Amino acid sequence: MRDVIFMAWRYLRFYRGKTAVLVASISLILFLPAGLHVLVEQGAEVLTARAETTPLLIGAKGSAVDLTLSALYFRPPHVESMRHREVTRVDRSGLAHGIPMHLRFTAGRQRIVGTTIDYAEFRGLTVDRGRWLAMLGECMLGSEAARALGVDLDDHVLSSAGSAFDVAGSFPLKMPVVGVLAPTGTSDDEIVLVDIKTAWVIAGLAHGHEDVNSAGKDDGRVLQREGRNVVANASVLSYTEITVENMDSFHFHGNPDGFPIDAVLAVPASFKASVLLRGRYEEGDVPVQMIVPSVVVNELLETMFSVRDWVVLGGLAVGVASAMTAALVFALSIRVRRREIETIQKIGGARKRLVTILGAEITFVIVMAVVIAGVLTAVVSRFGELAARLVGA
Amino acid sequence: MIAVRDLTFGYPQGGFELRLRELKVTRGEGVALVGPSGCGKTTLLHLLAGILRPVSGSVLIDDVEVSALRLEDRQDYRALSMGLVFQEFELLEYLDVLDNVLLPYRISPALGLDEAAKQRAVELVEQVGLADKKNSYPRRLSQGERQRVAVCRSLVTRPRVLFGDEPTANLDADNRDQVMGTLFRYAAEKQAPLIVVTHDPELRERFPTVLDIRELTP
Repeated sequence: MRDVIFMAWRYLRFYRGKTAVLVASISLILFLPAGLHVLVEQGAEVLTARAETTPLLIGAKGSAVDLTLSALYFRPPHVESMRHREVTRVDRSGLAHGIPMHLRFTAGRQRIVGTTIDYAEFRGLTVDRGRWLAMLGECMLGSEAARALGVDLDDHVLSSAGSAFDVAGSFPLKMPVVGVLAPTGTSDDEIVLVDIKTAWVIAGLAHGHEDVNSAGKDDGRVLQREGRNVVANASVLSYTEITVENMDSFHFHGNPDGFPIDAVLAVPASFKASVLLRGRYEEGDVPVQMIVPSVVVNELLETMFSVRDWVVLGGLAVGVASAMTAALVFALSIRVRRREIETIQKIGGARKRLVTILGAEITFVIVMAVVIAGVLTAVVSRFGELAARLVGA
Repeated sequence: MIAVRDLTFGYPQGGFELRLRELKVTRGEGVALVGPSGCGKTTLLHLLAGILRPVSGSVLIDDVEVSALRLEDRQDYRALSMGLVFQEFELLEYLDVLDNVLLPYRISPALGLDEAAKQRAVELVEQVGLADKKNSYPRRLSQGERQRVAVCRSLVTRPRVLFGDEPTANLDADNRDQVMGTLFRYAAEKQAPLIVVTHDPELRERFPTVLDIRELTP
């Protein structure tokens, strides 16, 4: 057997280019359906696990899939915003507790999630280093977000401007990082967590600036003064960072109940409460929709599985065709080597030994291809969940 | 000793037939098989070596009736007892010089590759002046060098009979002399019959026995 392996290996090594092409082709034939299957299964697991831990979701009417993807996996929200009073309505129903989510802004490529401390409790988030949010303008980072942004505790994160050309829009807010969340293996690792009020500050619904109340008549910044109302010009310095020194100057314009949010996580007190609450949202003319994320995700997965099945089927068909081509290549290779085979037989080579050598060559190629396909599938299996989360995020 | 009696051979598709009443080659005897192209020299050589099997008649090498052996046994016998050199050298491109010389050991279960065989291969390669090319691949060798490697391959198993099918047809005079010198020396030392098919008149002169195949066939 040693001689058979020697001959087969020498042949494959000498014609390494041809061998590499064959191995790569067979590897891909094996890997594509297997890798796709693993990736889709893992993606499905990630999606399902997240959806199943989120009982009810409220958002503006529109695509349930978009609402689910933005509220659970922090994809850019394509649905309309709704008013914060929806949280109050849920809480007042006594059937569930509402957790607001503001999802409009990003820091770099990481989504800023404006919410309340209840969100962290609901998702079971824990602090890896630092502390929880305590003051307006602070932020915490998911473990992957910290890595992606290249910042850590005591650094600062700048919210991204809505548009570089929107000169009248809100200024980016510089937020100190007060804590980094422990990894959870979910989309929460990718977020910049802020208080809902901080999100409204970024949105320009609250702001802080130099004190103009005490400014004298001759102060050039004051345009008009009527009782307690002071109209100042644009030279008044607006703060882009909330500090202990300037925090008192921050104030909201309007009633927070009318401020925008993108979703409400509704945590029902019981199954019965969940059913009752859903009934209320399905009845009557309500401007919002209530969805069950697991139902939405399962519908989405059914489509995904169907597409996967077709792709795998197509891959298998290509695989069969490629396997036949590979068999043809082997057959032609034997024909090309007819002279070599005749020489071996003339000098006393046994037919059985020849067949074994050729078989060993094919086996080597297939084993190498299987190993490579296995390694690739293992890599996909190892990092597929991360990939699925990245795609989801 | 090689003894052929009442040999007949024809290809299944017809068109060619070889008949040979008798041929004897004694130990250590050098025989040049000559004749015009297509008269059956190579066919006879293949029948003697057991590559082809006669329709009737017998080929005896020493006391073994080669023509009566099964295919596998003929292959084993060839690997163990015969050395063959061909016109086209027929080296394997993916093996280096030493591994080409040791090829019979790799492809025949009848031979066991051991250190002695490896040592013998090295010595043969050195004897034919290829010591510095023992790890080279055939594509790096000249025609003469390639044929010298083929000769080493035919001798490494210490065969009892040597066959050559136009072994010097593609060589210049120097290489021809070197190749044939190696074969003649071995045949003389081991008292091995040496049968060579050739068209080369100069080479023919070096053989004590020259057989024109037309004279052997009725």
